[in-house]
Amino acid sequence: MRSYKARKFKNQLASLLAFGCVLLALIPLVSILIEVIVRGLPAIDWNFLTNRTMSSGNPESGIGNAIVGSVLLVGWACLIGLPLGILTGIYVSEYGNNWIGNSMRFFNDVLASFPSIVVGLFAYSLLVTVVGFSLISGAFALAIIMIPIVANTTEEALKMVPNSLREASLALGVPRWRTVIKVIISNGRAGLVTGALLSIARIAGETAPLLLTSFGNPFWSTGLFNPVAALPLTIFRNAMSPYADLQQQAWGAALVLIVMVLSLNVIVRLLTRSRFKNRTKAVNRKWLAKSRPSV
Amino acid sequence: MASEKGSKQSALVRSSAADPLFHYFTMSIGLAVIALLGYMVLKLIGDAWHSITYFEGRFLTSAVWNPREDVYSALPFIFGTLTTSAIAILIGVPLSIGIAIYLSELAPPWIREPLSFLVELLAAVPSVIYGLWAMYALRPVLMNDVEPFLQSILGWTPFFQGTGFGIDKLAAGIILAVMIIPTVASVSKESLMAVPDSQREAALSLGATRYETTRMAVLTYARSGMFGAAILGLGRAVGETMAVTMTIGNANMISWSLLDPGQTMASVIANNWQEAEGLMLSALIEIGVVLFFVALIVNVIARLMVGKVLKAVPMTGGGL
Repeated sequence: MRSYKARKFKNQLASLLAFGCVLLALIPLVSILIEVIVRGLPAIDWNFLTNRTMSSGNPESGIGNAIVGSVLLVGWACLIGLPLGILTGIYVSEYGNNWIGNSMRFFNDVLASFPSIVVGLFAYSLLVTVVGFSLISGAFALAIIMIPIVANTTEEALKMVPNSLREASLALGVPRWRTVIKVIISNGRAGLVTGALLSIARIAGETAPLLLTSFGNPFWSTGLFNPVAALPLTIFRNAMSPYADLQQQAWGAALVLIVMVLSLNVIVRLLTRSRFKNRTKAVNRKWLAKSRPSV
Repeated sequence: MASEKGSKQSALVRSSAADPLFHYFTMSIGLAVIALLGYMVLKLIGDAWHSITYFEGRFLTSAVWNPREDVYSALPFIFGTLTTSAIAILIGVPLSIGIAIYLSELAPPWIREPLSFLVELLAAVPSVIYGLWAMYALRPVLMNDVEPFLQSILGWTPFFQGTGFGIDKLAAGIILAVMIIPTVASVSKESLMAVPDSQREAALSLGATRYETTRMAVLTYARSGMFGAAILGLGRAVGETMAVTMTIGNANMISWSLLDPGQTMASVIANNWQEAEGLMLSALIEIGVVLFFVALIVNVIARLMVGKVLKAVPMTGGGL
């Protein structure tokens, strides 16, 4: 039998070790934030945010076209992906207690953790081979990444709506489809918004599928069937270039992108928190564990 | 009176017609997405067909990648994917399990939520920003400190030969380790939290310390979930593209030394896409098909293993 002291010491050592793991994992996060701010902030001014990308040595070069391109890509991806994802989520939540619903769930789960470059290849072989490198093929690739995320969060949000509401509405003679649209969706609205924001945060930083589909464009371009610039692509190309001024611009673009993505995540966090403040902690914990990506 | 009754009846009739309509409409949308995916897989294989029939089995066993002579193969990239993923698992999984244990078993309640959120944010950072950070902030540290140190103690093994420049398989593996941490840690933590409290109470009532309780009563119980978490992490590491492309050095060769540059299946596609055409394009797509099946198998296994816990997988993850 080991002595109590030795066991206690081992216990504390293990706690310390586990805490050390957390700290070690947070070093990259803190370092990334510091580096992006310190190196990116000097690059940012009005011209940088509003001018288009130009070649090395031109101080007028900026990321305006990349910001516009990213907004367009995400916007079109939402137009394609949100309805498909939400409708799939509705089916799985409201009608999906059978093998069809279960297999949809499984497919969505597998698709959600799929390498995005493979999704880019899908979009390439389906669209780029027909219409060429273009905004629409990039948006299509992003939409495919979005669908499983939106479907999952929709399902979870609708499952949170109490069954008594469904029953109350059906008892009043409201048909099921109107119950779904008027009662269930409007009650699960906040969850749907959360899912949409999460998926936007995810696709805004996607690079690999865009490399294969929308390609990038140094000029202003908004046409659906033209190659279009995007923030992640600008970061990638400038980071790989040998010129110091272009690398500096990569850091500036990274700062813009990371502010966008992290603030979306913080907004989602605040939304999910405030909604369940009044519930008991156990329910809160259970719900958060199920519906929100949590560590 | 009669007209009122009639309108009520027609409303009832309409509703019973609209219900199955809505039902099957949502179902067809869900099925259409799956069908579209199936079609795209077939289309992708079709696009790779030229290369599949031209190189046949050689594609997976030979190590030649020579655009000038139009000869391609996937082995160097399969090798690169395997090595970098192995490094990522070796570093990332133990760290993640430590994090999961701390957050689920040991941390004081008030610190759990904020710390969880911070670890979760690791998944929100876009892949391309990880790559940027690794190229310019991590590289000097690796080149000047970590790699010479590793070489001084492990230089006799085949894995640490030559001079490291901070742009190599080791760098890619380390950045992958950081990127899989949120996935592995969150799923592990969920499987730890799913352990019934009676397990803990039983061990504690026998006089076990927190550490002993965790080791004996909790970890053994949550083993399969944590194994699934590790496989899910593997799935993420295998398909990760941008951060690897920016750190691995892009050399189409097989070398055991982690200090040599290499290339993964994903990075070779990203790197050569711009100039690829004809047989080369087809070969790249075939590599993509291989990657697709590898990722499919890994993810399906992981999903089956983690079962219910899988909802906890972070989806905010920056571009894989």
